[in-house]
Amino acid sequence: MIELRVVYVIVMRELIKFFREKGRLVSTLARPIIWLFFVGMGMSRLVPQDITGTDYMRFLFPGILGMTILFSAIFSSISIIWDKEFGFLKEILVAPVSRFSIVLGKALSGTLLSTIQAMLIMIVSPLIGIYPEIGQIAGCLMVIILLSFSISALGIVIASFYESLESFSMIMNFIVMPMFFLSGAMYPLKKLPVLLKYAATLNPLTYGIDGLRHILIPYGILDFSFYLDISILIVSSAAFLFFSTYIFQRGH
Amino acid sequence: MAPIIKTESLVRDFDNLRAVDNLNLDVEERTIFGFLGPNGAGKTTTINILCTLLRPTSGRAFINGYDCVKDAHRVRSSIGIVFQDTTLDKDLTAYENLLFHSYLYGLGREEAKKRIEELLIFMDLYDRKDEPVKRFSGGMKRRLEVARGLMHYPRVLFLDEPTLGLDPQSRAGLWEHILRLPESHNVTVFMTTHYMDEAEVCNRVAIIDHGRIIAEGAPDELKRMVGGDVVYLKAKDNKMARQILKERISAEIEVRDGEIFVHGVKGDVCIPEIIRILGEQVLSVRLQRPTLNDVFLKLTGRQIREGSPEDEFKESIRAYRRRFDRA
Repeated sequence: MIELRVVYVIVMRELIKFFREKGRLVSTLARPIIWLFFVGMGMSRLVPQDITGTDYMRFLFPGILGMTILFSAIFSSISIIWDKEFGFLKEILVAPVSRFSIVLGKALSGTLLSTIQAMLIMIVSPLIGIYPEIGQIAGCLMVIILLSFSISALGIVIASFYESLESFSMIMNFIVMPMFFLSGAMYPLKKLPVLLKYAATLNPLTYGIDGLRHILIPYGILDFSFYLDISILIVSSAAFLFFSTYIFQRGH
Repeated sequence: MAPIIKTESLVRDFDNLRAVDNLNLDVEERTIFGFLGPNGAGKTTTINILCTLLRPTSGRAFINGYDCVKDAHRVRSSIGIVFQDTTLDKDLTAYENLLFHSYLYGLGREEAKKRIEELLIFMDLYDRKDEPVKRFSGGMKRRLEVARGLMHYPRVLFLDEPTLGLDPQSRAGLWEHILRLPESHNVTVFMTTHYMDEAEVCNRVAIIDHGRIIAEGAPDELKRMVGGDVVYLKAKDNKMARQILKERISAEIEVRDGEIFVHGVKGDVCIPEIIRILGEQVLSVRLQRPTLNDVFLKLTGRQIREGSPEDEFKESIRAYRRRFDRA
């Protein structure tokens, strides 16, 4: 059962808060920009074009969009951990609303915030020689929304296993950073050792970034077909959503 | 009339700890029920079960006739809650906080507007309604949370240590509002506290220790368990006065530290009698009524406020957060 009013409350609240806190917006946008230019420019001197299929900066750009989404969606979702104990979520959990609506609202607000941020990063693409047309922008928007939803829902699954704030650095070090490095964001999966390559295929971020590359740099190195990318994003989104709803129902 | 809150042999275990131990409660409608006990006695665990946030290990709980596990949805519609730690959104205004609450509980737009106005006026917050909550004092935030808890016409309002960390003036202000609620908003108030003076004004009190109810009744009934009041008096000649009183009053009387102690009496009846007996002999009289702390002391051999240093640390952090809002 979906109660739209509940979804609306949760999404509205996150949006109002996001735009009232200007500092948060600046700092979340700074990270991908720093990676793109500082890491990208350094690496582009080291990586020959035949490995990435194109100039390294251009190869990296979809990875940086993925990174923006990964961090913002995971952060948005794991705020549930302290919200559960100290915050507004407790107020929502004692309201007569279905757990599915709560999870959906939380996943959608993570999706919305991540999409906004990733689309803002899209603005710098001409600086590195990517000039997307309107159709490409629309295609990117679709992949970005799907990827944001999948990662937000995954974040809720992660959050529902943890109780305290101390777990925050654990999640950062053992989930978020490996997810970023094993996503093909910085290097094509084809060049990875077999074991790591298999690990990367379990990561939804891998497919999101590959999907973005299909649209933005179709002439570069690609790991999967575009349809596989999209299908996996949709299936993982649904799976994470229902799994986290299940955990929420069981836990309370 | 059926009790509005009822628990039957309620038990909740955490790992090796039995937080709630065979709890049986009956709370009458439109009363203020105090749940009194030291930190860690199981008060918050009980509230969490009643609020459907926690499942009992065994036993059952009912609110408004609905089972807290099987009928959680209906229970949630029947209750309003003010948690120990504030769950207001500090970046939103007072009005927005109440408005979002009304959406969650499915109130119509017009009805919500009316209700928000009515409650903000009732809680003396109306002129601050468009300010972000982070500019509110601790007392104002609590009043806003009470208002929010009442938005959806609940039958029971839970208050978990509502005055913890508030200064005495804000506490008094909050109490003034709470005491009117059963009449003004047709609601039963179930509150936990470890402040004695707060428990004193409840209609009924249950004292809980180590997850078990060790006494229950109206505050006056409970205090009578300790054995009545103590009258202290000074006379011109204490020894002689004691002798005279002993012949006329059946009570334990002793002389200590230059005062006569008359134990276990009804003070308001006993004092005039003493004065009648001793006449001009009496220099001064004072009366000591037993407190709920004396009840707790008698039942457990401990003071209720004896917390571990850790508890006090936690409490001071909480008080700090409530005042300056780091939540």
